[in-house]
Amino acid sequence: MGLAIFLALLVAPEDLDQGVSQRIFYIHVPVALTAYFCFGLGAWKALVLLWRGEERYDLESYVAIHQGTIFGVLTLVTGSIWAKASWGHWWLWSEDQLVLFLVLFLFYCAYFMLRFSLEEGPRRARSSAVYALFGVVLIPISFLAIRLAEGLIHPTVFTREGPQMSGSMFATFCVSWAAVTLLAYVLYRVELAGKRLDTDLRELREALQ
Amino acid sequence: MSQGQYVAAVYGAVFVVVLAYVAIIAAKLARLQRQTTELLELARQPPARSAEPVTREVPGEV
Repeated sequence: MGLAIFLALLVAPEDLDQGVSQRIFYIHVPVALTAYFCFGLGAWKALVLLWRGEERYDLESYVAIHQGTIFGVLTLVTGSIWAKASWGHWWLWSEDQLVLFLVLFLFYCAYFMLRFSLEEGPRRARSSAVYALFGVVLIPISFLAIRLAEGLIHPTVFTREGPQMSGSMFATFCVSWAAVTLLAYVLYRVELAGKRLDTDLRELREALQ
Repeated sequence: MSQGQYVAAVYGAVFVVVLAYVAIIAAKLARLQRQTTELLELARQPPARSAEPVTREVPGEV
């Protein structure tokens, strides 16, 4: 992560069009891609839960969606600041891609409301899994909206012709993306281990008392 | 605000959110460690004695 920040802030060349504010790209895009990936992972784990019926996938799906929500908050915050720096507005309701990401984010926020409104058990696991699976439909819509939207304020860097940036910029982006993905993976493993330990300790306490 | 300040705000926001998340996880792990210690003490305690009075048989008595 340190290397990624060093490359993004000090090594990568300054963009001729946007200037210094383009350096936000190196954190905003990897964070947004990681949020999509976490939501997708949560939906995949939910599908496996419904398929195999093993309870451990419920916790894995929940933790992945929790991570996705955190990275979703970061995407919205970093995107808003970048929008203010580049367009002069914190938020534009006319931009479909922004609104679609917000819808995706709010959809998964509601996942937690559903989950905590039900009693712990197989019913909660199944209901949460079905909800998580429905949300995955929004991911490609939100992702493709950036390319398909008519109001092209939101820049499109990755086109069919490849990345529209210099080699060193692309290398910096790749390092940043790898760093953010690694950070998300470590946080996912730590949170999952904590949740499993919590469950085991609860069962142990019940067995001892 | 200058462009550089916006960039600093973005990287600062990411740092603060990740730091807050790590702090929450650390607090949770500390709680789990405390609970583990409590359970260990509970497991080491000898089993509670029966409340019934112990009667000793004296040889030769009927």
